[in-house]
Amino acid sequence: MRNKSKSDSSLKIDINYVARLANLPLSDEEKKTFEKQLKEVLNYFSNLNEVNTKTVEPIGHITGLVDVVREDKTAPSISQEDALVNAPKTHNGFFEVEAIFEEE
Amino acid sequence: MIKLDDLTIKTAGELLSQKQIEAQELTKYFLDRAQKLNKKLNCYITICAENALKEAKRVDEIIAAGQKISPLAGIPIALKDLFTTKGIQTTAGSKVLENYVPVYDATVVSRLKDNLSIIIGKTNQDAWGHGASGENSDFGPTLNPYDFKRVPGGSSSGSAAAVASGTCLAATGTDTGGSIRQPSSFCNLVGLKPTYGRVSRYGIIAMASSLDSIGHITKTVYDNALILNVTAGLDDFDSTASPNPVDDYTKDLEKGVKGLKVGLPREYFDELDSDIKELMLSTVKTLERLGAQVIDVSLPHTNYGVATYYIVQTSEVSSNLARYDGIRFGNRREKFGAEAKRRIILGTYTLSAGYYDAYYLKAMKVRRLIRDDFITAFKKVDILICPISPTLPFKLGEKISDPLQMYLSDIFTVNPSLAGVPSLAIPCGFINNLPVGMQIIGPYFSEKLLYQVGYAYEQDTKWYERRPKV
Repeated sequence: MRNKSKSDSSLKIDINYVARLANLPLSDEEKKTFEKQLKEVLNYFSNLNEVNTKTVEPIGHITGLVDVVREDKTAPSISQEDALVNAPKTHNGFFEVEAIFEEE
Repeated sequence: MIKLDDLTIKTAGELLSQKQIEAQELTKYFLDRAQKLNKKLNCYITICAENALKEAKRVDEIIAAGQKISPLAGIPIALKDLFTTKGIQTTAGSKVLENYVPVYDATVVSRLKDNLSIIIGKTNQDAWGHGASGENSDFGPTLNPYDFKRVPGGSSSGSAAAVASGTCLAATGTDTGGSIRQPSSFCNLVGLKPTYGRVSRYGIIAMASSLDSIGHITKTVYDNALILNVTAGLDDFDSTASPNPVDDYTKDLEKGVKGLKVGLPREYFDELDSDIKELMLSTVKTLERLGAQVIDVSLPHTNYGVATYYIVQTSEVSSNLARYDGIRFGNRREKFGAEAKRRIILGTYTLSAGYYDAYYLKAMKVRRLIRDDFITAFKKVDILICPISPTLPFKLGEKISDPLQMYLSDIFTVNPSLAGVPSLAIPCGFINNLPVGMQIIGPYFSEKLLYQVGYAYEQDTKWYERRPKV
């Protein structure tokens, strides 16, 4: 089942870069384990290189539904109070978030 | 004296409508059993005793008033904890959502409630649906009722164990790459992965949106069809739900398999474990004896399924799990368990600049070829019969430290998922006292046909009568 790739060494995840993209805090130990495990998985993925897909279009919706639209009208939805009920921090009926921009 | 252990939805419904038992009595029996067996099996994350008894009382009042009721009225069911339930904690099996109490119901949940089903609890599962053993739950593993040392399968681990141990009469599940079929197979149950879009995904915590299929697990085929009658159909809240008409899936169940063309895809049998293969071939013999015609077919891209699936699925997982930021609900991202983190990293990588074409786009092309394999096969045959798991239910801890080996457990279930076709898991016997299932796969929206075939086989073999000793 395991396919050995010719370019094993190139199949390496830059774990710090990817973790930053995913906004995912990882411990050093996790980084080490995942790096090894994911390298194995990526090597396994390389068996798709055997499949000639030059003339194949990527698949869209699997049973072929297209352009599903509905009338643009308002309807009752959850209340502001309900929408905030699970939020750890709220302020005057809004979600409270960490500041993104610093004041000069 | 009625023996409640052996009840099905059908027989329980008859007792309720003939007023031989009250919904409250039935609910109390299943709640007690759930509370008792949960200590052994860990199949529930939440048991909703108070709510369930309140609802059961309401059902009794409706029955007493002589109103016509649904076949699911008063039936004790469980919901996988990926199903959003208003006012009931919904964790997805993850500590990220350990304190999340939703303010709305998933469409499937509203439909089951409208039919007066009694929700007795939320079942344990691999966190976010990631796993084939139940061991990735942040709330501890679930045990297989047929052998406490073994896994019940996953990710709908708790749903399968809950039904098999007789703590409810049905449980919902989600199947992205086998998460209903494989636990059904490991626990001697009937499990449906419907056609993609047959059942609304609204309110089901998303794993991989182009693959997630919403189904359920029961003891019998008839019970399974009863539930699809309620859950299938269009939904304004899910634009991928199909407008295809919904059948009465219990109708014509006795039609049989005479003259039906049954395909055996050789790629699924070539390297199959010899004991499982022998059992599979004997089930095929049974279908032949019942009048089906067996034909050898090929699904040539089968071996690319696992790689394709784990690219598409992890890519979509990384995107779907991006919403958990601890701002609007749930905990912060450090609470994700190891498997979720692994999949987020993998999926983020395969979608990242410079790799998207090589992985995600490539996989979506191979996915088309895999789907075309099925379409071509269904020009030749009516249904396909395949194994579900390459192994018997394995021991707890056996595969947990090797993710790739765990992913390869999905080899027989991922291809129908990628193709979006429906697949019904049916018990087909025991090896070393451990349950084995097979899948009946059909063309898009052929759920009715799958039930007919499953029913014919089930009535001849009655494997569902062999309950575990718990």
